[in-house]
Amino acid sequence: MPAPDQHRLIFAHIDEPGYSHDLACYQKHGGYAVMKRAFARKPEELIDEVKRSGLRGRGGAGFPCGVKWSLVDRKSGKPIYLIVNADESEPGTFKDRYIIHQDPHQLLEGTLIACFANNVKQAYIYIRGEMPLGARILEKAIAEARAANLVGPNILGTSYSCEIYVHRGAGAYICGEETGLIESLEGKRANPRIKPPYFPAVLGLYQCPTIVNNVETLCHVKHIADMGGEAYTKIGTPNNTGTRIFCVSGHVQRPGYYEFEAGKITLGQLLYEVCGGPLPGRAFKAVIPGGSSAKILRFGERFKGKRKVGAELVDYDWGVEDVPMDFDSLGMIGTMGGSGGVIVMDDSVNMVEALANINAFYAHESCGQCTPCREGSLWMKKITTRMVHGTARAEDAALLKSVADQIPGRTICAFGEACSWPTQSFLAKFGDEFKNYSETKQGSPAPATLI
Amino acid sequence: MIQPLPSDLITVNVDGKDIAVPKGTNMIEAARLASVEVPHYCYHPKLTISGNCRMCLVEMGLPAVDPATKAPLMDPATGKQKINWMPRPTIACATNASPGLHIRTNTAAVQDCRNSVTEFLLINHPLDCPICDQAGECKLQEHSTAYGRGYSRFVEQKNVKPKRTQLGPRVTLDDERCILCSRCVRFSKEVAQDDVLGFIDRGSYSTLTCYPGKQLANNYSLNTVDLCPVGALTSTDFRFKMRVWFLKQTPSIDCESSVGANTEVWSREGVIYRITPRQNDAVNDTWMADSGRVLYKAVQAADRLSRASLNGVPTTQEKALQAAVDLLSGRGGRVAAGSVNGVAVVGSGSSTVEEQFLTRKIADKLKAPVALVSRVDTGDKILVSADRNPNTRGALVTGLICALPEQKLSALSAAIEAGQVQVILSIGEDLIAAGLTAAQLAKVAVIYLGTHQNATSTVAQVVIPTLTVFEKAGTLVNQQFRLQKFVRAVPGLGGVSDDLVSLSHLLNALGGSTLGSTLGALWPVIAAEVKVLAHTTYDTLPSTGLLLDSATWAGLPFIEGETLHFKPVTAVGVKS
Repeated sequence: MPAPDQHRLIFAHIDEPGYSHDLACYQKHGGYAVMKRAFARKPEELIDEVKRSGLRGRGGAGFPCGVKWSLVDRKSGKPIYLIVNADESEPGTFKDRYIIHQDPHQLLEGTLIACFANNVKQAYIYIRGEMPLGARILEKAIAEARAANLVGPNILGTSYSCEIYVHRGAGAYICGEETGLIESLEGKRANPRIKPPYFPAVLGLYQCPTIVNNVETLCHVKHIADMGGEAYTKIGTPNNTGTRIFCVSGHVQRPGYYEFEAGKITLGQLLYEVCGGPLPGRAFKAVIPGGSSAKILRFGERFKGKRKVGAELVDYDWGVEDVPMDFDSLGMIGTMGGSGGVIVMDDSVNMVEALANINAFYAHESCGQCTPCREGSLWMKKITTRMVHGTARAEDAALLKSVADQIPGRTICAFGEACSWPTQSFLAKFGDEFKNYSETKQGSPAPATLI
Repeated sequence: MIQPLPSDLITVNVDGKDIAVPKGTNMIEAARLASVEVPHYCYHPKLTISGNCRMCLVEMGLPAVDPATKAPLMDPATGKQKINWMPRPTIACATNASPGLHIRTNTAAVQDCRNSVTEFLLINHPLDCPICDQAGECKLQEHSTAYGRGYSRFVEQKNVKPKRTQLGPRVTLDDERCILCSRCVRFSKEVAQDDVLGFIDRGSYSTLTCYPGKQLANNYSLNTVDLCPVGALTSTDFRFKMRVWFLKQTPSIDCESSVGANTEVWSREGVIYRITPRQNDAVNDTWMADSGRVLYKAVQAADRLSRASLNGVPTTQEKALQAAVDLLSGRGGRVAAGSVNGVAVVGSGSSTVEEQFLTRKIADKLKAPVALVSRVDTGDKILVSADRNPNTRGALVTGLICALPEQKLSALSAAIEAGQVQVILSIGEDLIAAGLTAAQLAKVAVIYLGTHQNATSTVAQVVIPTLTVFEKAGTLVNQQFRLQKFVRAVPGLGGVSDDLVSLSHLLNALGGSTLGSTLGALWPVIAAEVKVLAHTTYDTLPSTGLLLDSATWAGLPFIEGETLHFKPVTAVGVKS
């Protein structure tokens, strides 16, 4: 079956020749018209549209956006804050950066609609420290919007006022975790908070109810406000509505970002047809479908089970190539859609070395607050680094698995899962490579640079 | 059928056992009430919850209800309400008990959580217990014996972190031993209100340190040493001095102010090595000031009075006491025989209730006016109050004084100048420091009972050495009018009599009744005479003290400001 065409909703103007990130260009393409219409509606209606749309968060967890909004404590009398999570740090993910760089007003419009819907008077865009250009572009976009009375007091002559501020992170992966982000925004070390009691919807920024949404999610809000929640559900598949942006990197002919209707394209179509297949003379070996913390898939393995199609349960028997790219299907086969970062590895890759790289990242990024993640991530890194650069032992495979099993589900935040899932899945899928690494290493070429 | 509970109690189930706990109790405390220990490091009942050590992970379940009707879902097999067990373990410190909460602490899954946290904490730990001061009172050591693997699977190099860092004048830090529980950070911020500690670097390389240019120098810094569950923070004074398991613990009271923080005195073979706080939730929680921890050094100070003396010449206790009696009764030549009008007594707010009682008896016998030395300084709003006498209220309760002491002993000073006073009996007070001049003292004969040399002891005609608070037992009344007892920690200095012995001897020799010189003999007398102390005995006094009826003294203008667990009572006169 040939791959469907791209459905560019969020990325409609990305890389379009002549399209610039200034306000004039955005307005020429109909910018802020949706917001103007939305401001004429009741905020509750907008929340209902988002609920009806079934929009799921695009940051990684895929939590329904409408549900997130409905959890917000609106009776406390405290101000409600909205934070745009632009701390795009998951290795393999590079979608938000393009929205910010090339279409920042789309994000601002979506943010303002979300703010209006939730009666938010102050929003913060928390942007990753490594994206200084993006921060400057956003600052300029906000200044332009303010000059045009699109941000600030009495927007477009209405009684609604909303300020948006850009806050730059200092370069830490953990700031993408929403409560870590809130701590960082408050000027503290980005240690994620314990939940309970610190659910952002109740005790978020400055102990006030807070909504934290991903950049892409808020852009979807704009399109939902535009077309209506019902129409939005027609895009994609049930429970996986709208479009998904896939950031494909690694050993494919045409890496890059592609936007498709969620669930309408399979992993095989994406990699072989859209991205042109493996590099000449190579074959795909493994793929991580949702950012580096998602569990790895091994080409050649098969997934069997029953799944719901409509009201019925149907058997499925998929190879890696057959898996539809949506949250639920990827969840069913034991990995996740995550942030949409598809990392492809061909048969030139040694899995021990690949895992050593991932482990080095997570050990470096663990905030150090809670014990299992703090100690476990560095231990796993030390083991894989030793295997690559020192003496690999046959028993290291079992040890790695045992260490990784001691982390997930026992930590303050999801970083525990993020840092242990790669090791768990690499061991589960490529355990033989780890067991035999001491032998294969002897014949390998000159050692790589030290991690 | 379970009886309905009082509204402030709820039933929870710990390891299959139902128990009633107060609302708002967290799962660690609820389990404690059921005599089940949930091991933990970062949790401390007096600090905010951080939930970072993950040692207290338990299985948690809530009674199942129908999502639509909220009706309880029953289990037909047992006839009880079904329990929905959470798929993941929960930290017991951050979850408060709710009605019907179920906790499991003895399952294989919980055991595995504890084992793995223990292993993780140990992989980068130096394991230097043989040279670590914390050994013997180390939570990591204790939990490692219970949950440790016994051997290490860690073959990598351990992290290297700073050793012997001086965090401040009294605290030394070994970062390699630190398990990053953040108790010290939270204490500094929340209790000491001196936010100077924090972590730098990330992940397993996280390192405890002071903010740049700051020191952990506040007067509560040593509480971080007590709080530290491992040997990372150590007392610069105590480290390497003594193994803790050799030390004897004696309950005592911090005598530096009227707060009366409860303390533990740690001694071995008559030598005190350290003082730590003793928990009293109504007085000092689990804290005490650093300044109170060094008071034991007075016991072996070089200027300690160890012998009685007459006019500067060493003598025996008996001769000194006889000389004192002679002076007080007029036989010493200073005062006309048979007249007692020329004697003044200077009592002390540092004396115990029992000593103050005897002092009052002596003053009554002599019909002598009593002055009390006032010690006023600024309070720190935490655990050091403005009144630096630990027992001003004891002097009121025993009737030694009726009004609060005036500054500088001005009435006594005027009386000396007027020639009305010829003999002063000073109970432990340095009269020069209290406001009298050397010229004034030259006009009178001074009988000094005290522990240390000072300007008064050098000019006193009679010097009778006494014991420090660590060498005797007694009671004190703190600013809350809480009667608190302390116990003798170490034997008294050789040849020095107990204060009560000296005072009762004086009283007897002056013709007063024989009241006895032991606490057991004195308390029935005190209880009979002092209304608010009726039915009280030393032996039955609870370790957390006894709140006295203070109505009699409610109108007095006490000088203490607010401190932990103490709010000054508004003066009665303010009421319209």
